[in-house]
Amino acid sequence: MTDRTLVALDVNGQRYEVAAPPHHTLLEVLREECGLTGTKHGCELGECGACTVLIDGAPVYSCLTLALESQGHEITTVEGLATGNELHPLQTAFAEEGAAQCGYCTPGILLAAKALLDRNPRPDRAQMAEAISGNLCRCTGYTAIYEAIDRAAAAARSK
Amino acid sequence: MPSARVVKNRTEFEGKIYEELALVQGADIPAWSADAELRHVGRSRLRVDGPQRVSGRARYTTDLMLPGMLHARVVRSPHPHARVIRVDAKRALALAGVRSVVDRTSAPELFDEEVHYVGAPVAVVVGETEEIAADAAHLVEIEYESLPFVVDLEEAIADRTRVQRKESYSRGDARRGFREADIVVDARYTTSTQLHNCLEPHGAVAQWDGERLTLWESTQAMFDVRKGVAKAIRARLDDVRVICDYMGGGFGSKLGHGHYSEIAAVLAKRLGRPIRCVMDRREENLVTGNRSATVQRVRVGATKDGKLTALEHVAWSGTGTEDGWVASTTGPSNGLYEVANVRSEQFLVLTNTGPFSAFRAPGYVEGTFALESAMDELADKLALDPLALRRKNYAKLDPQSGKHYSLKRLDQCYSRGAELAGWSRRKAGGTAGRHAYLRRGMGVSTQVWGGGGGPPAYATIHLNADGTAIVRAGLQDIGSGTKTAIAQIAAEELSLPLERVRLSIGETDAPYGPASGGSMTTASLGPAVRLAAVDVRRQLLEVAAGLMEVRASEIHLTDGHAVAGRGGKKLALDEVFSKLQNYTVIGRGSRHPNPEDVRLRSFGAHFAEVEVDIRTGAVRVLKIVAVHQIGRIVNPLNAKSQVEGGVTQALGYAVSEGRVLDRLSGHVMNANLEDYKIPTVKDVPDIVVEFVPDLDRRANNLGGIGLGEPPIIPTAAAIANAVANACGARVRTLPITPARVLEALRR
Repeated sequence: MTDRTLVALDVNGQRYEVAAPPHHTLLEVLREECGLTGTKHGCELGECGACTVLIDGAPVYSCLTLALESQGHEITTVEGLATGNELHPLQTAFAEEGAAQCGYCTPGILLAAKALLDRNPRPDRAQMAEAISGNLCRCTGYTAIYEAIDRAAAAARSK
Repeated sequence: MPSARVVKNRTEFEGKIYEELALVQGADIPAWSADAELRHVGRSRLRVDGPQRVSGRARYTTDLMLPGMLHARVVRSPHPHARVIRVDAKRALALAGVRSVVDRTSAPELFDEEVHYVGAPVAVVVGETEEIAADAAHLVEIEYESLPFVVDLEEAIADRTRVQRKESYSRGDARRGFREADIVVDARYTTSTQLHNCLEPHGAVAQWDGERLTLWESTQAMFDVRKGVAKAIRARLDDVRVICDYMGGGFGSKLGHGHYSEIAAVLAKRLGRPIRCVMDRREENLVTGNRSATVQRVRVGATKDGKLTALEHVAWSGTGTEDGWVASTTGPSNGLYEVANVRSEQFLVLTNTGPFSAFRAPGYVEGTFALESAMDELADKLALDPLALRRKNYAKLDPQSGKHYSLKRLDQCYSRGAELAGWSRRKAGGTAGRHAYLRRGMGVSTQVWGGGGGPPAYATIHLNADGTAIVRAGLQDIGSGTKTAIAQIAAEELSLPLERVRLSIGETDAPYGPASGGSMTTASLGPAVRLAAVDVRRQLLEVAAGLMEVRASEIHLTDGHAVAGRGGKKLALDEVFSKLQNYTVIGRGSRHPNPEDVRLRSFGAHFAEVEVDIRTGAVRVLKIVAVHQIGRIVNPLNAKSQVEGGVTQALGYAVSEGRVLDRLSGHVMNANLEDYKIPTVKDVPDIVVEFVPDLDRRANNLGGIGLGEPPIIPTAAAIANAVANACGARVRTLPITPARVLEALRR
């Protein structure tokens, strides 16, 4: 069995100290050691975007990021979007626009969209497309996803 | 209790008609009328499981981590055809954490001696972690004897031993019809192998408790998985419980149990520990099914004024190593147009590639591309508007059975679609773009499909002591929102708010329910759920009538109250049984047979607008207008989403998707999402969705049929026709790549 090393991760404002093989990706450690399975495994090749998480606010493919490299940074996963049982405006908008058919790509897209809205509260379609162009969706198509991001941005601005 | 009986029924599933006996109970009721005041059905409602899906709480099969769980990794053949001589697992077994390696010798039920495609299973390694199993899989040494193979479809068609005639159809006399024709289009079309690439990989997790096997699987058909797995481990149906709470896409590739289900089940029983067997992305592209590549020849004859005299369609579908069935590629030609003389043949062609499977409207997607391209070529030759040609050959009756349709509003799909697309702006020869090298064009194509559903499907509803209801049904939600539709139907008939109706679905200890396939889940199960709710209501009213001292027929349910007459006595539902401590009102419903005298089919029309760069051949799809007719829409929000998703998948099929095989090695060259191009957000056009509002009241007690597959059917031909209109490039091969456009421009 592979030697394990101690990894300390700051995920969604909480500290996780787990033992994992040093070459394991952030995706593997989040899912298998931290029990945070909201981050999805789609290809483990950096192609589909289902594993997208935020590191210090920027979207990354967690399947191409080593857990060890992520120490000392703020990691946000889909589980960290809601406040208690209150959904993040993006989550509400995705539910309301029917932007999640099977929902498997949704966690990754939500985080990519959050990174966009955090730095640009009034994105146009081209900027939205750029932001989520690294995330594949096979059921919903992307139309409802645009509409959901639009709606969430409007909701955030009107607050 | 309602009496049970066996009835004859006819169901259309994936383009084929099945006549089967079905057990039903009680009697059916008529569909809601057009002026019925419905509070849930027909209204956009949020997904009942929306919060779970957006919060990361939805648990998919791939997310399952059971205590003591082992991981299975399949060792696959690198040869397209070979005999397995010897499997040596010594080095693999020596790796720490490896618990078992099985091959044909130790598990003959899981492996064949001969492998017939690259990726065929040869052995399975079981380890404490996924990584250990994967590492050990590389250490299994296998000796093969290489055998001859063919992976190329055209090459296989030339080899008679690989070709089987599976279906043929004729009416009238095609030969005479062609003699009567003034103009004949005779064209050959080819389509690529499309790979499903569900975002959630195929997989299963099995746990054996010494008596019973529990299998979690990402599946569209829990009951078929149960049957297949029970057979694999030689168990009874009740020995196996299949669970599918959430699944990440299927599109036809998750109908029936997989090899992974057998591996998980057999090894869980053998090793006494839970087994997880989940595919990786490469395996998704090699072994979990695909849409058949096709070669098709279509001949259409017509008089000078555009009346069809004959139609001939011959299709060869590459099924890989799948030797059982073939998708109905010629179905659209057999049934779409009013033409007296038709002849079609459907051939299955075996190649040494991964087996095909159903893929969203299998056959009809491929066949519609050929037929509707040929119709456009005919319109061009006749100098007729393509829409006018289609209207001229409009079938008022079903051309195959001679029966009326339960509903056909294709004419409205054409008119409304033309309006939304601005079809009057279309010009023969296309229009100019912003630059001289950009050409714009428009194209149209038609969709026909079944999706009427049918029995068997059953549901029970339990009404609790606090006036909440639980719907229990053998349903898995593929992601389309069936679950929400079912809740809406139950809430409607129970006069309850949607949030007081909970679903208990996603496992096989429930009454039998249909697969999530063939566009028929809601149309099959929905009517049974409605009847179960009616049964609950009847019992409630009987008791309430006694308490209120009126006849049951004089009261009705509104807003959680039993109400006598207009403005009469009111009784809250939770008061009806208030003297009882605990109780359950159990309602039962079953799906009744389809009407015999009419044909149930859905129709639609897609209009595409494209821009072609004639320097590079690049096609940009600007807009797709999709107008469909399925009768009643249970949830407009989900219906719209279903169409947008179908169009997007069709867009990939039309312009970018296609498996690439190396003829010499038999390997798939693009078995990943980098080289196999599914549409990204930047590729999608403006998609305009509309539905014909008319109800299909003859179809079933909901008044509507299925929508899952129709939106993917006509798009590719609409795009091909728009490209031809834009710049004169008739591309008869999918996908429509820049190279193919340039080649067509040079012709």
